[in-house]
Amino acid sequence: MAAAGPWLQPAELTTSGRPVLLQGEVERLFISSIDLEAEENPNLPSLRSGLLALTSHRLLWIDDTSRYAHSIPLEAVIHAFPPKKSIRSMFASPRIRIQVSASRDGKVGIGGSASSMVITIVMRGGKNDPEAFFGKLWEVLKLRSWEVKEVKEKENLGELGVSALGEGPSRVRTAVVGVSGILRKEQEMWESTDKSLQEAFQDLNALMSKAREMVALAEKMRQKLLSGSSAQANPSDEDLGSKQEMQDWLLSVGIASPVTKESAGALYHQQLSRQLADFVKVPLDKAGGMIALIDVYCLFNRARGTELISPEDLLQACVLWEKYEVPVMLRKFDSGVMVIQSKAHSDEEVFARITNLAQKPDALRKGISPSDAALTLGIAPTLAKEHLINAESKGLLCRDVSPDGFRFFVNLFKEFDPTNMFSVKDDGFCKAWLSAATVASA
Amino acid sequence: MQKLGDFKLPHFFSYPPYFTLQPVRETREKQVQLWKELILDYCRSQRVFVIGLDEEFPLFSNPAIERSLSHESREVFLSALVSEGRAEWMDKNHKKCLILWLRIQDWADCIINFVKDNGLEDSVMTIEDMRSGIESRGTELAGIDRGVLIRALKLLEQKGKAAIFKGSSTDDEGVKFNV
Repeated sequence: MAAAGPWLQPAELTTSGRPVLLQGEVERLFISSIDLEAEENPNLPSLRSGLLALTSHRLLWIDDTSRYAHSIPLEAVIHAFPPKKSIRSMFASPRIRIQVSASRDGKVGIGGSASSMVITIVMRGGKNDPEAFFGKLWEVLKLRSWEVKEVKEKENLGELGVSALGEGPSRVRTAVVGVSGILRKEQEMWESTDKSLQEAFQDLNALMSKAREMVALAEKMRQKLLSGSSAQANPSDEDLGSKQEMQDWLLSVGIASPVTKESAGALYHQQLSRQLADFVKVPLDKAGGMIALIDVYCLFNRARGTELISPEDLLQACVLWEKYEVPVMLRKFDSGVMVIQSKAHSDEEVFARITNLAQKPDALRKGISPSDAALTLGIAPTLAKEHLINAESKGLLCRDVSPDGFRFFVNLFKEFDPTNMFSVKDDGFCKAWLSAATVASA
Repeated sequence: MQKLGDFKLPHFFSYPPYFTLQPVRETREKQVQLWKELILDYCRSQRVFVIGLDEEFPLFSNPAIERSLSHESREVFLSALVSEGRAEWMDKNHKKCLILWLRIQDWADCIINFVKDNGLEDSVMTIEDMRSGIESRGTELAGIDRGVLIRALKLLEQKGKAAIFKGSSTDDEGVKFNV
């Protein structure tokens, strides 16, 4: 981790190597093969050939293997020098210098502007356009998004006071007293929410510019629902159900900074792949470790909002997982059905559950259909069928095709003895099956 | 336990997957083995020599569980018997199958025993008498398939233990033993 030395702050990465973004932060550009050097102070170790991500808030340098990262808050950038144009620079790798504030002992971005230093961004390989990068950097610096965040936080603090008011009577302020005060405040909030919703849906352009606020709003509502349900002593079942539903909706709104071709350029699929790996974790957990690719496509695009991706892009992103250390993988069944499964997911566990299901008296007598298994395992019928066929190929189950349909039974063939056809082993499923079958016929 | 006439059926006859051709190799091998044994046992006890694939055959369906074998699976199970020499296809289209619950060699031994038991060494018998005569009543030979009997006798002829001679019609075919 410490390869870069202590002069840059470490930045957090997700398990699949994507930067963890701050609140309100959006990625703007990805470029690869980037070195960071502290030219004035050669004692500081350089960062060699990594990814450089420019976001609305930070410059992130990510190690080539995506194991660790460092960040430079844009807030600390005092000046950015455009790439030099000279005969010499035509042959050397393009360089962009930024002057950043630093503490006295040379730590960037910490401790105000006690001193400053120059960091050189070296673009190796000649694939990147330094002018374009500089343009974007300049643009982002001018926008000063990090200041917007601070203002927002102050607003949030104000709202927090209101919600705290509903929970504890000790914090009552004179301005809003009693039930009517709460109601009035709620009303105001509703009105402002209503207004932003109306603005958002006026036209698509407005929606796109409002997308960020909508996501933030959804997140806020979710948080509120969460805290609300824990505060309430006895919420009715119906109430709980609708809250759950609401939460599910809000969760699916969620990718604040979708990777796009525009921002990631050549690194599009790589970054998309990593973002997808982060994204599928929640739905995977909910689905029990495996989810059909088609479902992921819908969920992912829904979460991305307006930045839709094509099925090919999704597939390519999944295929790329093989190259990275991510906790998920793409799996293709013999039938051609493709699913995403977490690496922690084991077939054995599914087999154990299926065998368990197939041993119930009812299942012993009549077998289990893919839809039975889907209900018990809480997964899609197509997927359940794959699991059953998989278990069959392992010799755990065997099939029964009849006018009633396609069903599976516990595999008893192993237990029947061709040399003594009437024997029944005392141990094993056969005895259980026999008793279940005779109860039915009696 | 289910029965077919006086034939006691094994438990697995009521196991629905027994009637579906299993796609997984290991499972299928076991299934085929169970079918082979059941077919031979049944044919031997009911003295069935020929199974027609397209005809009703009591063993190939279980009305109690509403399952029956498909044409494909019947052919698979009988072919397994054929490849072991325990059955033979009687035509190219695999419509009829001759079940040899005793191999031809075993039938020949059976005939020798029959001849010895009845003191028929050095004597002459018609083929029809061997199948349905008083002497054969209650023995394995009673009601034996004519084709099977002739092939067993031919095997004995090769070994010099019998001689088949033809009469004017098929009914007159006879055999002279030389045991």
